[in-house]
Amino acid sequence: MIENSSTTPKTLPQPNPKTKRISMMTRPRLILRTVLGGLTLVTLYSLLTLNTANLKLSEAFKSLGTNLHSMFLQPSVGQDSWNLLLTALTRSVSLAMLTTLLGALFAFFIAVGAARNLSPTWLANTIKAVMAFIRSIPTILWVLIYSVTMGLGANAAVVGLTFHSIAYLVKAYSESIEETSSDTIEALKASGVGFWPIVFQAILPSIIPALLSWTFIRFEINFANAVAVGAAAGADDIGYYLFMSGSFYSNFHEVGLIVYLLLGVAVILELVSMRLRGHYLQKN
Amino acid sequence: MKTNYRSPQQFFRQRQLRLWVVLIILIAIYWLSMAIVSFQTIPSIVKVPAGLVWLFKNFVPTQRSISYLGPILYQLWRTLLVAVSSTICASFFGLIFAILGAKTTTPSPILRVVIRFGASLLRNIPVVAWSMILLFSFKQSDFTGFLALFFMTLGYLTRAFTETIEDLDGEKLQALQAVGANYFQCVFCGVLPEVASTLTSWVLYMIENNLRDATLVGILTGTGVGFLFDHYFKSFRYDAAGLIVLLIAILVILLELSSTQIRRAIA
Repeated sequence: MIENSSTTPKTLPQPNPKTKRISMMTRPRLILRTVLGGLTLVTLYSLLTLNTANLKLSEAFKSLGTNLHSMFLQPSVGQDSWNLLLTALTRSVSLAMLTTLLGALFAFFIAVGAARNLSPTWLANTIKAVMAFIRSIPTILWVLIYSVTMGLGANAAVVGLTFHSIAYLVKAYSESIEETSSDTIEALKASGVGFWPIVFQAILPSIIPALLSWTFIRFEINFANAVAVGAAAGADDIGYYLFMSGSFYSNFHEVGLIVYLLLGVAVILELVSMRLRGHYLQKN
Repeated sequence: MKTNYRSPQQFFRQRQLRLWVVLIILIAIYWLSMAIVSFQTIPSIVKVPAGLVWLFKNFVPTQRSISYLGPILYQLWRTLLVAVSSTICASFFGLIFAILGAKTTTPSPILRVVIRFGASLLRNIPVVAWSMILLFSFKQSDFTGFLALFFMTLGYLTRAFTETIEDLDGEKLQALQAVGANYFQCVFCGVLPEVASTLTSWVLYMIENNLRDATLVGILTGTGVGFLFDHYFKSFRYDAAGLIVLLIAILVILLELSSTQIRRAIA
């Protein structure tokens, strides 16, 4: 009997192999967690090995506090004059406008060549690869590289900034163009419309809102870049004065004033972009 | 309602007129900025091909520059680490701020306004200013670059995350609340799983972006691969500087390709 009773559990039916265990873990979710986990590990590693030699963090944060205080609460013009700073600010804004306009003009025609639905695949792929290469090199390096051949100053700054703008805008524009359905293009081609009329009469009007918003985003980026170029490559704009007052004279009152000026421009840009977008969204 | 009917001719004439006005305004802006910046369009554009030729002659890495490969790769690795860690730290805080600041999940409207304002402030202070302020306090260390990138990324990601959370369908949250879920259950079981892949996509984008910006911060604060570039560049070792440019380009492209793959896999 005892023997018998001990064997009974073995005869119990095994759980039906056909019932699947329901798991919340789908493959995308697994990849997501792996990526985030890996990145967190890298972060922990780099925070632990960060070079903080001969740096007293508490003192450093205290001095940061005093600097922020003198920046934001006591801004002043320092050793430069209002006139000088405002001229430099205008120059930065102009630099951004110039490079955006120039970049947008070139980028549109290159983007037509880079759009898969308008041009042959080999051409589109080549242009996209070249643009990806140009885009991958930081703007500031382009400006520095061009400053060797053209001399430090406005010309190198404009060419370097435009280079990167073109690469950025070609990607954005060509993706917008590719969103136009190929049926439209084929229908127009079949009825004998030429290539450029298709581009300017059919595609351009339908993607203007997208182009406009990308161009404006690039304008904001170019303004930030113009400031950076002034600081790192010595173009005579607001970034140069920011760099000089910050690292050369250590006058944080002036840094504060310049930051306020830049914030002012940023607010104006934000308002303009909202108006522009509103205007175009109503029309279309 | 009165509709004013326009003939096709009128329509096209008006469109052409508007086009011309826009074009003239743009050309005027262009000329004005050209004058202010004192930029010469034609001579500069003519010089571009010559510049490119010069670039390929002088920036091509030579035998000598290979000997610099060790320090360059080390600094590139450090720069990558700084870019990744600043993005991840910023995304952690950005997520908290975004949950507190998004219209659908905010505990109080006042907090929402404060967070929006703070994020916009952080975002709009240029990275040059951050570098200058931090360089003075934190000296020439990796930590300076880390903090500069951290503050900027925090501003960007808080805004991006807030918008992503606000785009979420509000009815799901209402349904969760209706069955008695509390605030934390709503956030952790309702909101976060929905937005996780979009947020990760933003984080990957910011890592790419920060790697590029890290070069600029490096030039300004004297750290990482940016400093090394500046150093070789200013001592006319163009082949070594060219090697750095090439390696940065390769690294950025690799990052871009892998993040595209990841995005496709988690979508």
